[in-house]
Amino acid sequence: MKKIILIIMLIGFSMNLFSQEKFISKTGHIWFYSKTPLETIEAHNNQVATIINIKTGAIAFDILMKSFKFQRALMEEHFNENYIQSEKYPKCTFSGKFVDFPSENFTKNGTFKTVVEGDMTMHGVTKHVNQAGTLEIKDGKIYAKSKFNIKPEDYGIEIPSLVRDKIASSMEINVEITYEPFIKY
Amino acid sequence: MKSIAVYILVLLSMTFKSMAEDDLLNELDSTSEPETNYVSSTFKTTRIVTGHSIESMREGELEFRISHRFGKVNTGVDGFWGLDQSTIFLSLEYGITDWLEAGIGRTTNEKTVNGFTKIGLLKQSSGAVNMPVSVSYLATVGVNTMSWDNPDRNNYFTSRLSFAHQLLIARKFNNDFSLQLTPTLIHRNLVPTALDDNDIFALGIGGRYKLTNRISLNFEYYYVLRPTWSIKSDYSEPLSIGVDIETGGHVFQIMLSNSLGMIEKHYIAENTGTWSNGDIHLGFNISRVFALY
Repeated sequence: MKKIILIIMLIGFSMNLFSQEKFISKTGHIWFYSKTPLETIEAHNNQVATIINIKTGAIAFDILMKSFKFQRALMEEHFNENYIQSEKYPKCTFSGKFVDFPSENFTKNGTFKTVVEGDMTMHGVTKHVNQAGTLEIKDGKIYAKSKFNIKPEDYGIEIPSLVRDKIASSMEINVEITYEPFIKY
Repeated sequence: MKSIAVYILVLLSMTFKSMAEDDLLNELDSTSEPETNYVSSTFKTTRIVTGHSIESMREGELEFRISHRFGKVNTGVDGFWGLDQSTIFLSLEYGITDWLEAGIGRTTNEKTVNGFTKIGLLKQSSGAVNMPVSVSYLATVGVNTMSWDNPDRNNYFTSRLSFAHQLLIARKFNNDFSLQLTPTLIHRNLVPTALDDNDIFALGIGGRYKLTNRISLNFEYYYVLRPTWSIKSDYSEPLSIGVDIETGGHVFQIMLSNSLGMIEKHYIAENTGTWSNGDIHLGFNISRVFALY
């Protein structure tokens, strides 16, 4: 009898540790934007995979570069072939955590301003980044939003001088994710 | 008994403890489903050197192309090594859908108006769906618009027509190297003599090697099947080498070839120059892509 209770406790414990610990999205929306007098560049990725562990405040992003869609097919081809070289560097990844954000905040409804800090790897270059964003927690879901700038040169992306004026010196990156509880079976 | 149980419990709970940040990324990776990765940019533009490549315009894109071939290098000083003579092919090709394009052009040779369509059949991919090659079908029709040699003879309009059918089979081996096989059938409605063939089969092979992100070295050769009973013809196989330079919206192709023609009937079936004789033509193609949407 005692053994049965023990086994039930064990299973209960292990399952408890998993419930509502992680929040995930596989359809995260990230888009980048650049505007110069010569050209407007905009691409959207609606298949961003990202996960948050609310107990540790860790956050990770897994972005497939080929999933960035442009309105102009030729621009998309050049982006993949010449700039981001997606065959050589297919993914952009980010691994970091929320700074000074107690995990209790994740469990109550509200809007919070946060800062995320971690390592971003893109085009074979890893940089330590520190960006601000907002988190809205509502009814068991987490809505994350962020807007920041990146310089293509920081990640080794070569832009030939002939077309340099067509691309802004820093690209505006927008992040919009709806996280849902990650239930592992 | 109880202490052991508690000990085991604590141990177990520790192994199930929340993972480190890196493991979080790995967890994302493991949950992703296998995707199909379609190959893009097998060649920099719609032509390898003179012949068509597997590439075609996407929906709503228009390519304007100027193809130019100079005369033969063996004309020496007098002919300014070929630069005195020029032959041109101006063409437009438009993407009706991502896999269907239509084009029209006109070349100086026999004042031919050339219409064509390129249909994408298979696309090379890896991942969930594995396809080793990309395959397209090219159909062209050429109309010789020169005035008749002998106006008193009963001349038919259909005599002006020639057709070319090609199957473009290409593979992008890696980021730098692509190869294409092009089985070809050329049909000429009217041929010069009874001993000439109306139907000519050929097998083309062409490829490119990327030197930098924007510059590639291309080559092209067509093996033409001439039946053994035909008279020893003056025709020879076309062999070309060229360089592609891509600069954003333009692709410049500069080449050396023993063929003067720029449509299939001329450069494959009716090529008379040979490299060994110095019948080498310097030429270039300039193409510009416009997005019409």
